[in-house]
Amino acid sequence: MVEFSLPKNSTIGKGRTFPAAPGAKNVKPFRIYRWNPDDGANPVVDTYELDLDAIGPMVLDALIHIKNNVDTTLTFRRSCREGICGSCAMNIDGENTLACLKPIKDVKDAVSIYPLPHMPVVKDLVPDLNGAYAQLRSIEPWLKADTAPPPDSERRQSIEEREKLDGMWECILCFCCTTSCPSYWWNGDRYLGPATLLAAYRWIADSRDEHTGDRLDALEDPLKLYACRTIMNCTQTCPKGLNPAKAIARIKELQLERKV
Amino acid sequence: MNASHTPRIDVMRSQLGRARGLGSAKTGVDHWWLERMSAVALVPLSGWFVLQVLRLAGAEQQDVVEWGGKPANASMLLALMVLTFYHMQLGLQVIIDDYVHGKAHLPASLLLKGAALLIGLFAVIAVLKLALAPSTKAGA
Repeated sequence: MVEFSLPKNSTIGKGRTFPAAPGAKNVKPFRIYRWNPDDGANPVVDTYELDLDAIGPMVLDALIHIKNNVDTTLTFRRSCREGICGSCAMNIDGENTLACLKPIKDVKDAVSIYPLPHMPVVKDLVPDLNGAYAQLRSIEPWLKADTAPPPDSERRQSIEEREKLDGMWECILCFCCTTSCPSYWWNGDRYLGPATLLAAYRWIADSRDEHTGDRLDALEDPLKLYACRTIMNCTQTCPKGLNPAKAIARIKELQLERKV
Repeated sequence: MNASHTPRIDVMRSQLGRARGLGSAKTGVDHWWLERMSAVALVPLSGWFVLQVLRLAGAEQQDVVEWGGKPANASMLLALMVLTFYHMQLGLQVIIDDYVHGKAHLPASLLLKGAALLIGLFAVIAVLKLALAPSTKAGA
C-alpha cells in the first residue's frame, strides 16, 4: 500500500538558527531543509535570518549568500542563475520552481526551501534524479528516421511543422513537474511522469521523426502513460510556463485516433 | 554512526533497466476512453432517472409497475444500471492502481470486478422483474 506518513528516518527535526547581523533592518527568515548522509541523523530545518538589503532579489541569491557568508556546509545545485539549466529546481514556499527565477518578495513570510518532493535525497537540497533521467532515456528522446537525410542539406520542416514543437522544445528538464505529480509519487517506478511524457510527445509531434507509431506503442500502458489523472500540478508548477498536461492529453488522443 | 556502516544494496539493476521494466502492456487507451464515454452517457441517463423519480414520487405501486413495464422506460433503466456499475468498476480500478501495490493488487482488482458484477446483476434483475411483472391494472 501507499505510504501516507514519512518513514522514521525521514521525520524532520528542529535545526539551528543563524541570526542576522545586528543592525540589519530588512530581515527575512529562510527555513531550509538539511540532511547529511554522513552523520546518520534525521533531517532538520535550519533557519537563516538574512538582511534582504545585503543580497540579490532571487531565492538563489539568498542561498548563495548563505553558502558564501553564513554556512558553507549548505549544499544545493545551481549553475546558470537565469532559468535555462534547470539545476536549482527545488520546493520553495510549497511549490516546485527554480530558485533563480523565484523572487524573494513573492514569498510573504518565512521562505521555506525543501528539495524536490518524493525523490531520494543526496544531501540537503540535492535530490537523486537518476531514476527520472533513466525514464527520459527510455523514451529515446532523439530523432529516429529510416529515410536518409538529403546529402547536401539538413532534414527540412515547413514553418507549420516546426510550430508544432513550440511549447515543448523549451523544456529544460528541471523535473519540477514530475516531482509535483501525486501519480508520480505513488507510482514513480512505472509512471513516466510529465517531464518525460512531454519529451515523448515532442518527438511524436516532430514531422522529421518516422517512428511515431513505435513511440505510441511504447507509451500505451496503464501506468507508463495512463497513470496521468489530469491533476494538472505539472502545468501549474512549470517554471517555464509550459503545459505538460496538454502534451499528455495529445498522446492519449493520438492513441485513440489510430484505433478507428 | 560512522562510515563503517554500509547498507546492503538489494537493487543493483541499472536505472535504465528499471525504467524500461517489463515494457508497455499495449493497453490503457480503451480503459481511459470508456471511463470518459460512460461518464458522458450517464449525464442524460441520470438526469432522466431523477426526473422520473420526482414525477413518480407518491404514486401507487401499480402506476410504478406500469411505468417500468413500458419498453422505453425499461431500456433506459437497464442502460442506466449497466453503465453505472461499469463506470464504477472502471473508476475504482484507477484508485486501486494508484494506491494498492504489489501482491495485494490482483486480489483487490478481482474483488472489485466481482462486486461490481454482482451488484450490477442485482440491479439488472430488479429492473427486469419490474419490466416483466404482470400488469395489475386490469385486475385492480
